[in-house]
Amino acid sequence: MVDGSSIGFWAGYAWPVILIVLKVLAIVVPLLLLVAYMTLAERKIMAAMQMRLGPNVVGPLGIWQAFADGLKMICKETIIPTGSNKVVFLAAPLITFVLATLGWAVVPFDAGLVLADINVGVLFLFAISSLGVYGIIMAGWASNSRYPFLGALRSAAQMVSYEVSMGFVIITVLLAVGSLNLSDIVESQRNIWFFIPLFPMFIIFFISTLAETNRHPFDLPEAESELVAGYQVEYSAMTFGLFFVGEYANMFLMSAFTTVLFLGGWLPPFDIEPFTWIPGYIWFFLKVAFLLFVFVWIRATLPRYRYDQLMRLGWKVFLPFSLLWVVITAGALIIFDWLPGA
Amino acid sequence: MDDFLLEYLPILIFLLISLGMGVAILAGSFLVARQKPDSEKLSAYECGFAPFDDTRKQFDVRFYLVALLFIIFDLEVAFLFPWAVSLGSIGIFGFWSMIVFLAILTIGFIYEWRKGALEWE
Amino acid sequence: MIVQTIVFYIFAGVTIGAAVMVVAARNPVHSVLFLILAFFNSAGLFVLMGAEFVAMILIIVYVGAVAVLFLFVVMMLDINFVELRQGFLQYLPIGGVIGLILMIELIMLLGAETVAIPKTLLATVPIPPIEDRTNTAAIGDVLYTKYIYAFQAAGMVLFTAMVGAIVLTLRERSGVRKQRISNQVSRRRAESVELKKVEPRDGL
Repeated sequence: MVDGSSIGFWAGYAWPVILIVLKVLAIVVPLLLLVAYMTLAERKIMAAMQMRLGPNVVGPLGIWQAFADGLKMICKETIIPTGSNKVVFLAAPLITFVLATLGWAVVPFDAGLVLADINVGVLFLFAISSLGVYGIIMAGWASNSRYPFLGALRSAAQMVSYEVSMGFVIITVLLAVGSLNLSDIVESQRNIWFFIPLFPMFIIFFISTLAETNRHPFDLPEAESELVAGYQVEYSAMTFGLFFVGEYANMFLMSAFTTVLFLGGWLPPFDIEPFTWIPGYIWFFLKVAFLLFVFVWIRATLPRYRYDQLMRLGWKVFLPFSLLWVVITAGALIIFDWLPGA
Repeated sequence: MDDFLLEYLPILIFLLISLGMGVAILAGSFLVARQKPDSEKLSAYECGFAPFDDTRKQFDVRFYLVALLFIIFDLEVAFLFPWAVSLGSIGIFGFWSMIVFLAILTIGFIYEWRKGALEWE
Repeated sequence: MIVQTIVFYIFAGVTIGAAVMVVAARNPVHSVLFLILAFFNSAGLFVLMGAEFVAMILIIVYVGAVAVLFLFVVMMLDINFVELRQGFLQYLPIGGVIGLILMIELIMLLGAETVAIPKTLLATVPIPPIEDRTNTAAIGDVLYTKYIYAFQAAGMVLFTAMVGAIVLTLRERSGVRKQRISNQVSRRRAESVELKKVEPRDGL
């Protein structure tokens, strides 16, 4: 396709690149809109769960609330504290934002509908989620202020702790697939979605994503009652806005990752007539939406964990349990001769 | 080989675009909003009084321990990835090879547990 | 292909620039951040070579774990870095000698590969083309069976590192109250609640 010597500049280089740029925009722009509406949906769902109305002033049922919030944030003053390290201070939200969007490059929305169908898609997403800690550490350090510093420390230790069990859970799925390509993972779930045979792993993975995205009940890094807002204390205007968008986009990304690994990606629940009429990307979207709903549901329901309990859960419950499951899964696959590519 | 690299090109472009968007958003907000800083606004937030000393000082060594243990387990996971992919072709010998590897590290894990390195105070 | 070459030179150039800044930056945190930049660009170089698995592992392990520890150490240690810098000249000769040795070794290696040792001796396992077998699987095919001793040795090294980390950093603190879940669960009504019969108008 891109062979400049025979085809020439426009056909060889420019058009493919423009096409890719358009595809990227077709992912990022809807993503940002969905993030904006996720905040509204979250407030509405929580309000309903707490017998309140939620935002209902800006537009009918409050549907313009998301834009009003965004506009307000843009019009605020950008404050860079005097004691802070300016470059790192500004780079931190940027990194959070870029990482949360970049992960979408490898997510398969439908059969063949994926921007970069790389062989190591799982590793790419795993790497993205393990880098998320940088935005937070850098923010906490660069602010040079007490609360952000403590929040960043806590957050780093927490994300790192749950990363390990996430890795082991991914291994159990890979054992049953035999490939690191995300499309292959979805395709191998044609007979049965992995959350049924690997149900405990599905639960562990979902809880770990809660901890990775610093969501309730693991939102200790920004626990309002003790740390004000954790690493975000010194941020204002769009520097804060980028953190906010990044955090929500990360939630989307993690839900998509869970969907691909356990809920059969774009596959319909049953491979028979009425279900197969609906296109795959709709199924994918519905599954992600369901997981996001659970995120909000948990936030409205559960109290916050205590820090020692959080570390205990990560290191003493999830880690040994998921390691044991890796061995059990591998053993079972070998005994019954179900291994892929044998 | 070229097909293989072409799959990575979108990621590079994606990176540049989202970096550009992030910078544009930050700069846009900086230009649109009225900037009127003063020394009180720019001081570190500390519940109403000035901080006593520098923020960046020593903290509990436990955080280092968590980071160290994380590196070790992360490497363990890194070793598991190729194993999980090609277990079908390396068969029972590859399986036991990994079990021995995991057993060694499990001994380490039990040692940690008994020593109380996983306790958080 | 020309695009590949341009991208290679960009990655290589940024890697070297970042590596120089690691040494040259005044603030040690900036050094670590430049180190991370260098890691990223080397990952890019690995991808250009077709070694995608190694590239991702480089990011996951080095950037995602090792550099986090570096950042922890550098950010939080209360060291006067101006003072540290004064010892710079003192260590310069040793550092220079080590650098020189490394460089000579690299030159020897490069020279050896092109001149002395035939390629067949270096690569004992044929590398399958990426179209038939992804390089993750290609590594998996040999690492756990053919190179089992190296693999188990890696396990031993990790084990040593784990024990070493605990021996070096674990400090018992006295006077902390820990949650003991078994005690909480095994508490019985008889040992914690006492019923007192209180006569009317008598008080306790």
